[in-house]
Amino acid sequence: MGSITFIEHDGAEHAVEIETGKSLMQIAMDNGVPGIDADCGGEAACGTCHVIVDGNWISATGKAGDEELQMLDMTPDRAPTSRLACQIIATDAMDGLVARLPEFQM
Amino acid sequence: MTRTCIVIGASHAAAQLTTSLRQEGWEGNILVIGDEPHLPYHRPPLSKAFLSGEKTAESLPIRPAAFYQKNDIQFRQGRVTAINRDQQTLTLVGGDGEKDGKSEQLSYDKLALCTGARVRKVELPGSDLNGIHYLRNMADAESITASVVDGRHAVIVGGGYIGLETAASLSQLGMRVTLLDRGPRLLGRVTASEVSEFYHRVHTEGGVRIHTNIAVSGFSGNGRVQKVICADGAEFPADLVVVGVGVLPNTELAEAAGLNVDNGIMVDEHCRTSDQNIVAAGDCANQFNSVYGCRIRLESVPNATEQARVAAASICAQNRTSEFLPWFWSDQYDLKLQIAGLSRGYDQLVIRGDRRTGRSFAAFYFREGRLIAADCVNRPQEFVLSKRIIAQNLAVQPDRFADESVPIRELLLADSPALASAGG
Repeated sequence: MGSITFIEHDGAEHAVEIETGKSLMQIAMDNGVPGIDADCGGEAACGTCHVIVDGNWISATGKAGDEELQMLDMTPDRAPTSRLACQIIATDAMDGLVARLPEFQM
Repeated sequence: MTRTCIVIGASHAAAQLTTSLRQEGWEGNILVIGDEPHLPYHRPPLSKAFLSGEKTAESLPIRPAAFYQKNDIQFRQGRVTAINRDQQTLTLVGGDGEKDGKSEQLSYDKLALCTGARVRKVELPGSDLNGIHYLRNMADAESITASVVDGRHAVIVGGGYIGLETAASLSQLGMRVTLLDRGPRLLGRVTASEVSEFYHRVHTEGGVRIHTNIAVSGFSGNGRVQKVICADGAEFPADLVVVGVGVLPNTELAEAAGLNVDNGIMVDEHCRTSDQNIVAAGDCANQFNSVYGCRIRLESVPNATEQARVAAASICAQNRTSEFLPWFWSDQYDLKLQIAGLSRGYDQLVIRGDRRTGRSFAAFYFREGRLIAADCVNRPQEFVLSKRIIAQNLAVQPDRFADESVPIRELLLADSPALASAGG
């Protein structure tokens, strides 16, 4: 067991428990983290679960895949470590991970 | 005294509205009444990944039971038969622990109508035979799944999104699929003919036999459907029929309670109905859309969740509004269609990419030189770009959109450099 921290654009922090095998989007939804809209339910169709993975944690999550990159490419607030939370599957190695939320989901 | 908010309809809108109520600081009771034995679940996969077997029922709930428990959000199964606005009560039938036919009165301080829509049913000879299905809820999808037999005949009535998604899923499951549409082309009400032609081609390539301009006049079979009969005399063998001919908003409860109803429950920009204690959100609601400058009723998950947020704020006495840009998506085969905006009233269509032989293109709809909508097939960048252009009403040059040598980003950059660079 471990935790992941989502930080909203205004600085509000939400530390939530890791559930191995679930997507970060679902974990955020299960814990009612505001700022993750996840309209499409995890199909990488809507781009409303954009997170910016903090610092070196991108090595734990891996980089965005092709389709995901295309979704992110035109998104405002795009950063080098941007990911769609629905495409990151939680592992124990993510204990301590910090994911920042953009001001607006697209 | 503790105040109570009751939500009617355990829908996408309800899942968001109840969550937003707690986030907005509502400390009173929250009770959701739904007519299915499920917590709110994702409906779009029912005709897509759930039907094709890629997703299971366990993956469908929007949030788990633990979330609602932790946030003290209660659920009851039953049917609301009446709202008494003067008394601020409603009549619940078939609630937990109640015997059939027995009803009880529940009091509310605030009421949210998230009653959604129901399928439009066909009334034709034989339309009550076994084996004729509609697709709206989990039970519908489960009964269709249980009827799938490799190599048998499935007939889909209706060439809209539900019909096409179902055709793709059943074809992928090995059924011999025939799709019948009474109009001259698929998706006739919602897309340009160029997009219809594309979907006609890919479904034909996927093994679906498509017949347009054909009216179903009835069904025949011995207890169970065996044939679909058409007005022109044509007959199609059918072991399974799925009818997808649109939905009707569930507005009867609101209407009987004297709320303003006109193609949906009329709400203001704060999702309030004509009663200050009652809000409405989702497929059942009709609201002025600031992007398009007219009233619309949308059948869409993103719209339901957006209106739910606004409605929750209203319940908590905060006046939030939304400049919501309608958008939709549809999965068929390996094709992800993402639709930004509403194309109704366009006067120019520009295609980017090869729709005739390829599987990736975008159709941009313009009106008086402004982008109003885009159908993007396996083109997520064009989709995101279109959402931005439409939402911000940016000036663009339509002809450039057809030129694939112009990078997508430059469609924005060249025409409005300030906004493009500011937007990142």
